[in-house]
Amino acid sequence: MTVLELSGVSAGYGEHTVLRDVTLSVAQGEVVAILGPNGVGKSTLLNVALGWLRPTAGSVSLIGRPLASIGASERGRTVSLVPPVDHIAFEYSILEYVLLGRAPYIGRMQTPGSDDVEKAREALARVGMDAMAGHGVLETSAGERQLVLLARSLAQDPAVLLLDEPSAHLDLANKRRLVELLAREAAGGRTIVLTVHEPEFAAAIADRVVLLRDGALLADGVPDSVMTADLLTRAYGVPIAVERVAGRSVFIW
Amino acid sequence: MWLAAALAVAVPLAALIGRYPSPGIMNPTLLWSDRTAFLLVTELRLPRIAAALLLGAGLSVSGLVLQMLFGNPIVEPGLIGVSQGGAFGAAVALVAFAPPLWVVQIAAAVTGGAGLALSYTIARRFRFGGWILRLVLAGIAVSALFSAGVGIVKFVADPLSELPSITFWMLGGLATTTWPRIAQVSPVITVGLIYMWTQRWRTNVLSLDERVSFSLGAAPGRERMALLIAATATTASLVAISGIVGWVGLLVPHAARRIVGADSARVLPVALLLGALFVLASDTIARTIIVGEIPLGVLTSLFGAVGFIWLLMSNQVRVIK
Repeated sequence: MTVLELSGVSAGYGEHTVLRDVTLSVAQGEVVAILGPNGVGKSTLLNVALGWLRPTAGSVSLIGRPLASIGASERGRTVSLVPPVDHIAFEYSILEYVLLGRAPYIGRMQTPGSDDVEKAREALARVGMDAMAGHGVLETSAGERQLVLLARSLAQDPAVLLLDEPSAHLDLANKRRLVELLAREAAGGRTIVLTVHEPEFAAAIADRVVLLRDGALLADGVPDSVMTADLLTRAYGVPIAVERVAGRSVFIW
Repeated sequence: MWLAAALAVAVPLAALIGRYPSPGIMNPTLLWSDRTAFLLVTELRLPRIAAALLLGAGLSVSGLVLQMLFGNPIVEPGLIGVSQGGAFGAAVALVAFAPPLWVVQIAAAVTGGAGLALSYTIARRFRFGGWILRLVLAGIAVSALFSAGVGIVKFVADPLSELPSITFWMLGGLATTTWPRIAQVSPVITVGLIYMWTQRWRTNVLSLDERVSFSLGAAPGRERMALLIAATATTASLVAISGIVGWVGLLVPHAARRIVGADSARVLPVALLLGALFVLASDTIARTIIVGEIPLGVLTSLFGAVGFIWLLMSNQVRVIK
């Protein structure tokens, strides 16, 4: 079943067009990595899928309906973004912060109920942070922060989870943890689209890789067919070689 | 809870404290035996107490809401151009024509909103510093601009009739409070406070990056605008009866966060009660401690600034961009 569909989408900021004529359809439970160099339009693509940025051409549909026709709260229950960083001005506890993910389920004039707190705790448990629920969110390390952001999005229980550069601040152990976590979520039926700028991480995490160049689709398919020396070299503009070591691809630049 | 109890004690106490018949606390039985004492309490002290409670609650809640909306813990109406803008509008209205209070209220609301809009626009265009710093710098500049405007208005004002009332705006105080004046401004303040109360948890969501709060199913543009209007209208209506009473909107939410943590669903009720208590106490001191009267704004600035410096040095308030 297709849950997210972009057809012929162009988008940008003001006069500046970033994405050009992108067509992409993502099935339920897929893990899709959007790969490409900095500034190529990966985040723009996520913004379009989130509904935050309206395309200048083409259309976006979510769970079979035009994204623009879905109301704010229902949109919040269907698609969620895990940002690379978040501006946190106040000293929330981790639980209070993850509880914000329940916002689309809580009326605008209401406060969270005990079942919302329960759901927030569950989300924290999924990322293995439940023991830290009472700690201050500003006291977390970069890796823990990323997991807290993910937990907040899981508390939204969205059909589609968008992650913007989730690996940017993570060390190897945390990257590995994230890979396992997202694989589990996908196995449970959640659709995952993430932006990645390193091929290694894409290879480790994705069922499918979408390679962008100059805001347009260069290749789309299973990791081994997309991340070839030729295509990567064209996408990044520098020579890249691909070797197989112990059954995995290694990218040399 | 203990805050509500403290207020319940403080209100009758404040009504009895004063200089009649002698400095100190009046014997409550005088209320029945002495007509002057009765009138003094019901017509002078009680409206003033009501105004102090409204002022404290309104400024604290507006300050908290502005802090949440701007994702910036060092914002308050007086720091981002709302109060000074409002005072400028009120001063112009007072000099241009001797208007009824509601005209002053509207003039204050319009220029207060303009002050906020100006601070915000300028802050967005600054090419220096992070967002928190930019907003505060822009607010200082805009406030100074409006203060200069008030200075000019003062210069052209009639020194006998108009100047004293403008000076009153700038210093802030509740000496001229009467029941009819409270009745005029309280509808706007009440509606503003009720709306902000209903949004007390939601403001947490709106304090995040705009894209993130959108992702959480909010309509950040529209929701923030509604709250901005509520906070600005509430502040401007308060400015219309009290002039500029500074620091309350900054200090009280901070103190409330120290008590109950960051979640504004819990901070807002505490800020409301604490603010009411703080301004009531300040105003009672302002009117009783010397034979004349200390302007309330001077006192709250004194307590507020000292308290704020103490809070910032106590290592409990952290601002992280």
